[in-house]
Amino acid sequence: MEFIQQLVNGISLGSIYALIALGYTMVYGIIKLINFAHGDIFMIGAFIGFYAITVLKISFFPALLISMTACAIFGVTIERIAYKPLRNATRIAALITAIGVSLLIEYGTIYVRGAQPEAYPSTVLPSTEFKFLGATINSQSLLILGVSLGLMILLQFIVHKTKIGKAMRAVSYDTEAARLMGINVDNTISATFAIGSALAGAAGVIFGIYYIKIEPLMGIIPGLKAFVAAVLGGIGIIPGAMVGGLLLGVIEAMVSALGYSLWRDGVAFVVLILILIFRPSGLFGKNMREKV
Amino acid sequence: MKQTKGFWLSIVGALALYAVIQFLIMSGALNDFYQNMLITIVINIILAVSLHLIIGITGQFSIGHAGFLAVGAYASAIATMNFNVPFIAALPIGGIAAAIAGLIIGIPSLRLRGDYLAIATLGFGEIVRIVMLNIDYVGGASGMMVNSMTDWTTATACLIITLVVIVNFTNSTHGRACISIRENEIAADAMGINTTYYKVAAFAIGAFFAGIAGGLYAHNFYIIQPSTFGFLKSFDILIFVVLGGLGSMSGAVIAAVLLTIVSTLLQDYPETRMIIYSLVLIIMMIYRPQGLLGTKELTQLFKKRATVGGKPNGNKHTAA
Repeated sequence: MEFIQQLVNGISLGSIYALIALGYTMVYGIIKLINFAHGDIFMIGAFIGFYAITVLKISFFPALLISMTACAIFGVTIERIAYKPLRNATRIAALITAIGVSLLIEYGTIYVRGAQPEAYPSTVLPSTEFKFLGATINSQSLLILGVSLGLMILLQFIVHKTKIGKAMRAVSYDTEAARLMGINVDNTISATFAIGSALAGAAGVIFGIYYIKIEPLMGIIPGLKAFVAAVLGGIGIIPGAMVGGLLLGVIEAMVSALGYSLWRDGVAFVVLILILIFRPSGLFGKNMREKV
Repeated sequence: MKQTKGFWLSIVGALALYAVIQFLIMSGALNDFYQNMLITIVINIILAVSLHLIIGITGQFSIGHAGFLAVGAYASAIATMNFNVPFIAALPIGGIAAAIAGLIIGIPSLRLRGDYLAIATLGFGEIVRIVMLNIDYVGGASGMMVNSMTDWTTATACLIITLVVIVNFTNSTHGRACISIRENEIAADAMGINTTYYKVAAFAIGAFFAGIAGGLYAHNFYIIQPSTFGFLKSFDILIFVVLGGLGSMSGAVIAAVLLTIVSTLLQDYPETRMIIYSLVLIIMMIYRPQGLLGTKELTQLFKKRATVGGKPNGNKHTAA
């Protein structure tokens, strides 16, 4: 069953997009900035996970945690150094800075460790294949899906049930009013960056496990596609980013299944332009006022 | 009257510069490396100025300029290589093909603004690259063989035409309409300016010249590949415009010349080049977001404020 097989692949890929897209959507929701560097944080996460597994010889979950923590710190550092001075600048200036930060991370990584790709160790997760409705499903993809879903549920919990989540929603809704109510806006923005970057770091490790090969420029295309996913679901809306990511993954897998695998990347951007033209607020826009 | 005098003065200056360099080339004082660098500088100036019209004058934030470059490059290369069109005629063909692409991408600009438009144009640039990658007629990923035909004379001629057209467009009624859109689109619309028309026109004209640059670019080397027209190329062009000052043509020209020289010298250290680029971009945006010259032109720096017309218009940075 080629179709179910591709659907499974699409959902696995889509859950990675969704994890990255969550960071985009949260940051956009709170400071209206397309954080171009987000895809590169994903790349950094993949490398930290790689070094944690190969150099420190630890297993998957501790490596995932290390990568998420390091990426959270990294994301906050970027925000404090590069984005904070531009809080009151034009959005275009902020966007150009984000592009600059993105280039800096990419080429800084190449400068530090060279451009050669690395291969993720394949033994870190048990890989057994089993048949389901005629499709071959790898236990790795199930675990990936499980981790992604777990992180998304955790995020929903943070945003809706905790104090910092409430602060994030308030700042996103109206920054000035939130400030008047005694919310520390700067800390809230930093927390948003930390959570988003941690998710991107997790996505990086998962991506490495699933696709084996990682390299310093790997963040660009998944980063852009995750942004497409965020726009597709309605930027600033957390469930939108999840659905958008999964949907985009499935669309790409279907395009591949039809035999146009070389056109996959193009289809993602066509989807982006069509969504921007016909429904700029995204699939979940307008109806849901709440956003982070 | 005075403006006409300045206009002819700059034309004479440009021709003199061209003649000096042409003499140096003829006499063999400039080797292939420097000739190539000069042509690259010219191509980059045309690209910077064409993007300046879209971003700096009209305020439409477009970061997919390499897409227009690619359309122009491939269209003119197909014309010369597969249909034996003479090089001189192939350049406008590339320009027109890119202008059509500009019209197409201009249409979303009617619905989108700011960073949404930026991301849509970025997507457009990527679509062009992927289309080129997947069409066997133009060689796919391995690229397309093109004869080297671009020389200093053709390149300078294209450059002078581009500069003259863009300067005159900017100073015309149409250019002022475009500037009013940059400053405040809603107010411009309320004053009876057809914002739709001017936004699409700016995209088409900017794309046309990017297409010409694409034609020069394609015929400068022996091969063109889709991978050279990725968004790193778009960012390169964007950096010229941003660094020079959003809204200043002379700024874009100066930045294009400086950065091309710097990046040619750093050719053997591509990482260092990109790190310097990105640091310059970040530091510039934090400390001088309006760019080197802001919206001023170089000529204004030498004039007294009063002769500009009493009201210096270059203090506010309001692009996009």
